[in-house]
Amino acid sequence: MKSLKYILVGILFGIIMSKSEAISWFRIQEMFRFQSFHMYGIIGTAVILGALVTFMIKKLKLRDTAGNPIVFQDKEKSFARYIIGGTIFGLGWALTGACPGPMFVNLGYGYIGMLVVIFGALSGTYLYGVIKDKLPH
Amino acid sequence: MILELIKQPWSWYFSGIMIVVVMLILLFWGKSFGFSANLRTLCTLAGAGKKVKFFDFDWKTQKWNLFFLVGSVIGGFIASNYLSSPADMVLSANTIQDLQKLGVPFNGELNPSQIFSLDALSNPKTIAILLLGGFLVGFGSRYAGGCTSGHAISGLSNLQIPSLIAVVGFFIGGLVMTFLIMPLLF
Repeated sequence: MKSLKYILVGILFGIIMSKSEAISWFRIQEMFRFQSFHMYGIIGTAVILGALVTFMIKKLKLRDTAGNPIVFQDKEKSFARYIIGGTIFGLGWALTGACPGPMFVNLGYGYIGMLVVIFGALSGTYLYGVIKDKLPH
Repeated sequence: MILELIKQPWSWYFSGIMIVVVMLILLFWGKSFGFSANLRTLCTLAGAGKKVKFFDFDWKTQKWNLFFLVGSVIGGFIASNYLSSPADMVLSANTIQDLQKLGVPFNGELNPSQIFSLDALSNPKTIAILLLGGFLVGFGSRYAGGCTSGHAISGLSNLQIPSLIAVVGFFIGGLVMTFLIMPLLF
């Protein structure tokens, strides 16, 4: 039962990503070329509304369904890892048109080539784990 | 009636609102929205924890996220088979023109079949591009400690400066790839 609810919200996420066209390689190209507002509208709406509800949850000290306080973990302070890691991520995002979520949604959508992208992403994650301590963070 | 409405391409504002709904559901279930953590968990499941410390963690704490991943694949399947709009996607004319020059004609679908279809995989260059792109996403998201969901959505919503730096990085990388590297690759 507990696993089923996460599958269900995952299905919702997959449908949202598909119907919003956020899983589209063409849309990501359009975004990085600043030729449409669509992707900026999606992310902008999510961030503004997300900030509002995050603020309200903190302000009202809301609890989750298990009765525990909802906590927001602060990201660890650093500059190098975010700017370098982010840039590497962006290079791949523009090339494949897919960040990690859409890779899997696209696979379900029927784009088999995404299996290769996913394999690449797992390899990249693995290499990070191996050389992590040698990188500036 | 409602099904017909869902089948239409969604507006940016409705899409944005629905993403926050997903984030909220997860928050109220005591979880934090971040997809790329799954890539680490999958490495752990494949046995990477025996050799590399970074993958040696209790993957069961991330089991929920793996179920979320399975759901997202099913969601894509449902959207494609039961909820897709018969009309072509509406892409900016400028983008269509730019991509034409790049040798990737717009086909009205979400993704170019010449890159992502099963047939496309007979071309070694396509495989190399997909592998490289995926590799950069995987490496970069773990290095930056999150991807679009963890940084751009959850992180910015929580007014995290690190997430803002990461998102600036996403765009530096994206612009360099789009304008400098892709013309050479394609």
